[in-house]
Amino acid sequence: MATETHGAEEGGLVFHPMDQFIVEPLFGEGAVGFFTVTNVTLWMAIAVLAVIVLMVLGTSRRAVIPSRTQSIAELAYGFVYKMVEDVAGKDAVAFFPYIMTLFMFIVFANFLGLIPMSFTTTSHFAVTVVLALMVFVTVTIVGFVKNGARFLELFWVKSAPLALRPILAIIELISYFVRPVSHSIRLAGNVMAGHAVIKVFAGFAAIAVISPVSVVAITAMYGLEVLVAFIQAYVFTILTCVYLKDALHPSH
Amino acid sequence: MATETHAADAANGASAPGMPQLDFSNWGNQIFWLLVTLVVIYFVLSRIALPRIAAVLAERQGTITNDIAAAEDLKAKAVEAEEAYNKALADARAEAQRIIAEAKAEIQADLDAATAKADAEIAARTAEGEKKIAEIRAGAMQSVEEVARDTAAEIVAAMGGKADAKTVAAAVADRMKG
Amino acid sequence: MEGQLAHIGAGLAAIGSGAAAIGVGNVAGNFLAGALRNPSAAASQTATLFIGIAFAEALGIFSFLVALLLMFAV
Repeated sequence: MATETHGAEEGGLVFHPMDQFIVEPLFGEGAVGFFTVTNVTLWMAIAVLAVIVLMVLGTSRRAVIPSRTQSIAELAYGFVYKMVEDVAGKDAVAFFPYIMTLFMFIVFANFLGLIPMSFTTTSHFAVTVVLALMVFVTVTIVGFVKNGARFLELFWVKSAPLALRPILAIIELISYFVRPVSHSIRLAGNVMAGHAVIKVFAGFAAIAVISPVSVVAITAMYGLEVLVAFIQAYVFTILTCVYLKDALHPSH
Repeated sequence: MATETHAADAANGASAPGMPQLDFSNWGNQIFWLLVTLVVIYFVLSRIALPRIAAVLAERQGTITNDIAAAEDLKAKAVEAEEAYNKALADARAEAQRIIAEAKAEIQADLDAATAKADAEIAARTAEGEKKIAEIRAGAMQSVEEVARDTAAEIVAAMGGKADAKTVAAAVADRMKG
Repeated sequence: MEGQLAHIGAGLAAIGSGAAAIGVGNVAGNFLAGALRNPSAAASQTATLFIGIAFAEALGIFSFLVALLLMFAV
């Protein structure tokens, strides 16, 4: 709908790298309300289905010698479990299902977004901000519940000279509150940037002379995006673990 | 340029701004569906998938541990069997050595007896042969003396002399000795 | 006029992405140099590597975001 309006106006080279992120109702036209079934709903539902297929149906045989799907499920389990244990410590294992949920959702949303014509839910700040804020709130609450006022020692750097500590405390405090911002914008920004760049290259393909270059560039970008899709999910998860470690052991 | 299009969009009544991410009118919708998604994934994972995978992994760990223990057992048995085999081999070797030595001694004894017997026989034969040779030699000496006596008597007769047999015999015997 | 100025500003903000690229290259390069000196310790530090890259990249993403805001939201 938006594409048509743009196309009618400009003609020639058409760049609309952001149109792929438009949220629109699946059924019929009209405004997007709170419970409207949109393309966001569709692709999140597909992500849920993918998680269920991999983690539940894939492991339904409970084989000692795993099938391929079961191997992948076990690999994902071991990957996240080891990350939580190594980075956040043994007592963070209680949060393992929560972190696993974040990881599985982000990784599937990223990879499903790479399917041509699909909608990438993690490219929206609305989604990543909620994910990051959930981590931020959880970490803060856990920090105060587990350590009480001692959680504030996180901002009082004991290894620094006494004169510097108030300044450091302010810096630490700011960096603590910037965490959810960078945490969310990193994921959405990376995913959005990659998809937008691919769209820009795709726009160049309209000119016959440069179209081979454009196709090669899209292919290369796509390869990079596959990597980014995984790495960003990994980074989001590992940063969650790092923040959790701060909450559980604020003294170091 | 983009601003113009936006103005045009706004004029057309289209709701999409340049950056859909910043269109706050759809945030509520996204957040609602995201929370639904996360809750569903969380329950699916924590209630079904994760315990199941943990159980499978634990079971595999158990199986592996058991298999390793069984393998250790079998290995110990193999070592035992090898020891027994080596012992049997050494025993057999010693027995063989013993039998060989026995046989050798027996053969040696037989050989010695046969040699002694053969030696005795050879000695007897030699003695017999020597006796025969002596007899033959004696016979020959006697023949030579007879011929010489006859020849001497003939020669004496031919010379026209006369000699009795006794004298000739004495002369021949004298000559034969000297 | 104002829109064109915003476009210039977006281009300037995009320089920040290049700066982030330098930062990420620095992190990865130093990690590699360290890993070649002591390969046995490298595997245990990959998580730290990714965290460092993530922090370096975050600021580049901020500048990218500013560019996008100037392009589309101003």
